[in-house]
Amino acid sequence: MSTVRDLLRFSPSFRVGALILLATLVLVVLSFFSPYRPDRNRVVPTNKPPQAKYIMGTNANGQDVFWMLTFAVRDTLIVAGLAVLIGRSIGVTLGMVSGYLGGTWDRVASSIVDSFIVIPRLPLLILIAAILHGEMTLPLLGALIGLLDWAYPSKRYRAQILSLRERDFTHTAVFAGMNTLKVVIEEHLPFVIPFLLADVVSGFLFAIGFEVTLSVLGLSDLQTQSIGTMLYWGNYYNSLLANRLWVLAAPIVASILIVVGFYLVSIGLSSYLDPRTRLARMQVKTEVSEPDEPLTPELQGINA
Amino acid sequence: MTGIVEAQDLKAYYISRAYGVERTVKAVDGITMSVNEGEIYGIAGESGCGKSTLLKVLLGAQTPPLTVVDGSVKYHFGDEEIDVLALKENGQREIRWKKVSYIPQGSMHVLNPVRRIRDSFHDFITAHRAVSKKESYVMARDYLRDLGLPEKVLAAFPHQLSGGMRQRVTIALATILWPKLIFADEPTTALDVVVQRGVIQLLKEIQQTKGSTVVLITHDLGVHANLADRIAVLYAGKVVEEADTRTILKNPRHPYTQYLIKSLPKLDTRDERVSIPGRPPALDKPPSGCRFHPRCPLAYDKCRTEDPQVVTIEPGHRVACHLVTEEISHAAVASAQH
Amino acid sequence: MPPSPAPSTSSMLLQAQDLTKVFETRQGFSTSKFHAVDAASFSLDSSKPEIFTVAGESGSGKTTLARMILGMESPTEGVLRYKDRSIAQLSGKEKRSWFYREVQPVFQDPFAAFSPLKRIDHYLYETVYNYKITDKKGADAYVNQMLNEVGLTLAEISKRYPHELSGGQAQRVAIARALITHPSLIIADEPVSMLDASLRMSIVNMFRKLKDDQQVSILYITHDLATAYYAADRIAVMLRGWIVEMGPVEQVLGNPLHPYTQNLKQSIPQADPDKTWDNRVDLAELDTDTYAHVGCKFANRCPLVMDKCRTTVPPNFEREGRTVKCFLYE
Repeated sequence: MSTVRDLLRFSPSFRVGALILLATLVLVVLSFFSPYRPDRNRVVPTNKPPQAKYIMGTNANGQDVFWMLTFAVRDTLIVAGLAVLIGRSIGVTLGMVSGYLGGTWDRVASSIVDSFIVIPRLPLLILIAAILHGEMTLPLLGALIGLLDWAYPSKRYRAQILSLRERDFTHTAVFAGMNTLKVVIEEHLPFVIPFLLADVVSGFLFAIGFEVTLSVLGLSDLQTQSIGTMLYWGNYYNSLLANRLWVLAAPIVASILIVVGFYLVSIGLSSYLDPRTRLARMQVKTEVSEPDEPLTPELQGINA
Repeated sequence: MTGIVEAQDLKAYYISRAYGVERTVKAVDGITMSVNEGEIYGIAGESGCGKSTLLKVLLGAQTPPLTVVDGSVKYHFGDEEIDVLALKENGQREIRWKKVSYIPQGSMHVLNPVRRIRDSFHDFITAHRAVSKKESYVMARDYLRDLGLPEKVLAAFPHQLSGGMRQRVTIALATILWPKLIFADEPTTALDVVVQRGVIQLLKEIQQTKGSTVVLITHDLGVHANLADRIAVLYAGKVVEEADTRTILKNPRHPYTQYLIKSLPKLDTRDERVSIPGRPPALDKPPSGCRFHPRCPLAYDKCRTEDPQVVTIEPGHRVACHLVTEEISHAAVASAQH
Repeated sequence: MPPSPAPSTSSMLLQAQDLTKVFETRQGFSTSKFHAVDAASFSLDSSKPEIFTVAGESGSGKTTLARMILGMESPTEGVLRYKDRSIAQLSGKEKRSWFYREVQPVFQDPFAAFSPLKRIDHYLYETVYNYKITDKKGADAYVNQMLNEVGLTLAEISKRYPHELSGGQAQRVAIARALITHPSLIIADEPVSMLDASLRMSIVNMFRKLKDDQQVSILYITHDLATAYYAADRIAVMLRGWIVEMGPVEQVLGNPLHPYTQNLKQSIPQADPDKTWDNRVDLAELDTDTYAHVGCKFANRCPLVMDKCRTTVPPNFEREGRTVKCFLYE
């Protein structure tokens, strides 16, 4: 929690990103109060441009674009969230197994990870989606994306843990009588968590991108609303040719904003992760409480 | 008489703004010094005393956040006077390495890791003189031979040499153009003692045969004892004492220097060695008055409020300490009364 | 209850016999072997605490030796026993319940030895609780008592992060933490090399005091012969994994017998204008082929080298109360 507080305080890009994501969250919450069901057609007049009553206009099927969008954002985030959950669970587990157990475990886990890295993910996903055609559901799509996006993160977690394991403070902790679980939770997790946060954010970006790509290609569950399917159906009814730009603009702007939001958050996180800025922040904090605190040599810039 | 390097009331601060907090670190705060031609001038002090900052400014190599707030640095080559702080980048390049050279702590900044040593020599020489590859090679080979270094290192890559040999090659590279003035920043610090001895000897021989002037920075008083002619002791951004090497080591007057010498372990006695209580001050908020007073067992009221001036107590011996100054003036008064 | 160690049959605290650690590095298809520690033998007596110095330059194997004694590395060959139990064969449980109480480390860089994200007293309390030294109520008083041993108080360091302390203070906290379990042996790997001269002696003086007050033996690993001479009772000088000379520090450093020890001692720059070097050293030697692969490892640099030094590994000889690995003393 203090991490988030620090980020809001020290990183302008994180602040803006978080604001965008908050707005996205509001849309998701609004979807539960929608006056229309997402699967019903012709509940409002068709093809109305944006106006006071339908702030984002209506589409060719007589659906209100604004309320559609709330469902679409929600479902896209659910797909992405599922993908991230599955992908990171596999990644973290394998990275931890490699990093902490080492030896044969490491060799086996590393070779699995390495073989997965060379698999081209988008073509494979398109292939699977094409085979499942018609039977694809959004949760299934999320699971598939997640199952394909864990190899790189796992390699990064492994590297992180290998380096943490050899740090002197890990040895100090061991000689202070902490068992392995305690060392992992108390000593290593504070280093891994901000890293995990950044990784989750980039996972969302990846998953949203894949969902939109597959849906636009018509390979996802087209009966459920998502940002990708909104684009697909907008295209299907020739919104562009018929000059009904609002039908396409809503999902496009929404997806851009969400991606930018996640991106800004990840920029904020990665500058937060830089150990040097971390130390500088801690110093500013201590300065506020204790003005007489001395500088560490690193920050004095002397002998640098 | 003017020295080859003159610093006049030099003040160099690190001024930075981090997360809305402005911070001024007074790393060099009012230093006046003069280096005589042909001597090895040692600058001693512990980490964070400002000695590396001082060197940067003496070289005119300060970059933000390090800013020279006040004072001047001048080089004198014969009748030519160079105002170092006024030099622009181009003028600096010309004099630096031709008349002035710099030996850094780590040699990896000077030697290109993917080129053979002889190519590093060639690059370096051609940056200042128009010579062919063959000529530069002959120059380098002859120079290494003069210094008693094996010439086959010229064919090697930097990583193939040991740390000590790399540092010796760096020194050879930095001095091949016969600079009048050499700045050396902790040139032996990362080396093992046996290797360190070779590097010290090399530096001394170059200085003696060429009559160069060397400004040597190291925290190791043992290295100073074997190299330096004169030593300036820095504490918290100020010169606290300056004298010839023997006086500093045998008859120091400033309490800090006295403590520093007394704390060094020796190889001929196992008697109890003292350590200085406390710790060096943070240079963004230095203590009032004399900067050593919080750690000084002899401090009295005046030390807490008034910054002691550097006073020449005898020819060539300068000390910044109220106690010493007062003792001298008492002695002067006493002798006048007689 | 920690399982009690096997009944002690001797008074050895630490015993190393022909201790060897070989690192293999693969380069392409060939593997090259590097003997970090090569048939080193020494022992520490448990009846009388002492400061035993292992001195050597970089690459001499002193840090590998320390890592083996701490159980962080297992020997390739030879015997390494703590209180008659082989350190490499201790299980993780035995280490935690017994060995780590007995043997504690102090690392080189006090700022690396504590997590920058944790308050420094966290490690002190963890040590107290994990080894059940006192109950929760007594912990503050006990931690304070240990900090007093190293010249600090709990008030000075409590709730502080490592970067808020000076290097000397942080290293004192590291030593106070090591003292909490009342160990019989502290392994200190270059504990003062990162500290300034004015703070260095306070740590070294503390080791001398702790040896007497706390009855703890200290294995002091350093490249600095001057502090070794000041602090140690006995010294072992290492060269490329060998212990070339070992004995009481006054004798070994006062009047070194092995040509390498002599060379090392002469090379220390002394802060005394009356003791500067007068003779030259030869700068020509190419460091890459400095160390011989057969015979004595010092043969290529030794001024007194004999023919057999180049072919045969010298055994250990006993001379003047010390062990010397040199044919001169045959």
